[in-house]
Amino acid sequence: MHPARAWRGRSQRYRLEGEICEGCGARLFPPRDICPECQRPARTPYPLSGRGEVYSYTVVYEPPAGYEEQAPYIVALIKLEEGPLISAMLTDVEPEEVYIGMPVEMVTRVLHRQGERGVIAYGYKFRPVLRRMATMPAQPATVTA
Amino acid sequence: MREVAIIGVGQTPVGEHWGKGLRELALEALEAAMRDAGVERLDALYVGNMLSGQVEAQEHLGALVADFAGMHGVEAVKVEAACASGAAALRIGYAMIAGGLADFVAVVGVEKMTDAAGEAITAALATAADAEYEAVHGMTFTALNALLMRRYMHEYGYRREDFAPFSINAHRNAVHNPRAMLRFPITEEAFASARMIADPITLLDASPICDGAAAVILCPADQARAFHERPVRILASAVATDTVALHDRRDPLWLEAVALSAYRAFQQAGARPEDIDFFELHDAFTIMAALSLEASGFAPRGRGVAMALEGAIFRDGRLPIATMGGLKARGHPVGATGIYQVVEAVLQLRGQAGPNQIPHARLGMTQNIGGTGATVITHILEAID
Repeated sequence: MHPARAWRGRSQRYRLEGEICEGCGARLFPPRDICPECQRPARTPYPLSGRGEVYSYTVVYEPPAGYEEQAPYIVALIKLEEGPLISAMLTDVEPEEVYIGMPVEMVTRVLHRQGERGVIAYGYKFRPVLRRMATMPAQPATVTA
Repeated sequence: MREVAIIGVGQTPVGEHWGKGLRELALEALEAAMRDAGVERLDALYVGNMLSGQVEAQEHLGALVADFAGMHGVEAVKVEAACASGAAALRIGYAMIAGGLADFVAVVGVEKMTDAAGEAITAALATAADAEYEAVHGMTFTALNALLMRRYMHEYGYRREDFAPFSINAHRNAVHNPRAMLRFPITEEAFASARMIADPITLLDASPICDGAAAVILCPADQARAFHERPVRILASAVATDTVALHDRRDPLWLEAVALSAYRAFQQAGARPEDIDFFELHDAFTIMAALSLEASGFAPRGRGVAMALEGAIFRDGRLPIATMGGLKARGHPVGATGIYQVVEAVLQLRGQAGPNQIPHARLGMTQNIGGTGATVITHILEAID
């Protein structure tokens, strides 16, 4: 991945920044600039909480190029509490522990590496909600690396 | 608008063509179709292909195939719409003749997949998904279909084994198709114990990686009889689109573009689902077959798998599907698949489908799906008396 391409997606990948439609209030992720609900412009940034639950999941045993070292890994559709579905890997969990409806939260991890000299792409993954976090106000994770 | 007919078909065997490249495969299918139609000159050539740039570092297939076929100067372009590239190319050829811009058009679907290794082809196929929000998260095409299949099983209470009839039917039909890749029957036991690719999808839910090319020759319907004694009319040609990313759909288990494309096709043809004699659907995965049956109007929601379990999809059933093996067992050379479907439908409507012939077939439907349902192209074909 070209560094500019990784940089361009920083607000979404690191902060889960979507958009809110001024017209109908729909919260959108990924950003799409035109609201699919009412077809009006939706360009106001809106950070999502990063909390949601598993809508569906699978384990990838035959990975695409660039993801071999992570396989087998779990990818899921997450239903965010604000409404949108999002595609992401699940982390810090074994496949047999995952179930549809499992509460999850966003964390920031390495998505993939491109060899010794390539870009290390960071972004969101989701993990089971930690019990000790349940009483704290959850914040979207930030990147320090 | 002018009516359009198919007057020639050609296809290479689907398989691992180590000795042939894109141009040789395309020419083999094109020559067979031109011989079948008895035409020697074309006004235009459209090439459906998805992966040539990624697998062979070769784009510009319109000119490449025209050049290799010795058609100096002919109009030719490549058409791309992921796995729906073949039918997308047919749609352009159809529109050219219907609109009076050309009289004799060839449409070739060609794909060369076996020159790339497993991880590379998995990554190449994932380019049909959303690169920024799906593929970057390690999403593969099998994984996207697995997400659909697991949710479907969760919502409607099916078991994995309930999907077996789709693959058993496809393999049984491929046995009698000399062009099919996987010409052997499979059992329920084999389906239940197949190797997992992306849970709950196994090798026997998924279509194989392969090479192949198929071609059709089109002309105005009122001239068709001069070229072939059993021409086939294109009664409907309809394209619809949906979000590229699965997660952007309000209801992932309802393929909106399938519903729209099928609805438009039925409107154009003046037909209803119950009028269709057989359906060449896009069974890249068993779950896609089920969702396609539902959104096309052949089964109520959540009943696509039940329809298969009841045997309605078999050759002697209410709606035979994958009559020559489907994507599952004929093979799925992605950009060529849409044309293979149409070639097989033409053979059925001509009465040339051999042991797999659907008796008295008059109306056949083909449906080619790009991505997880982002581009859906439905054609309805009719035997001309």
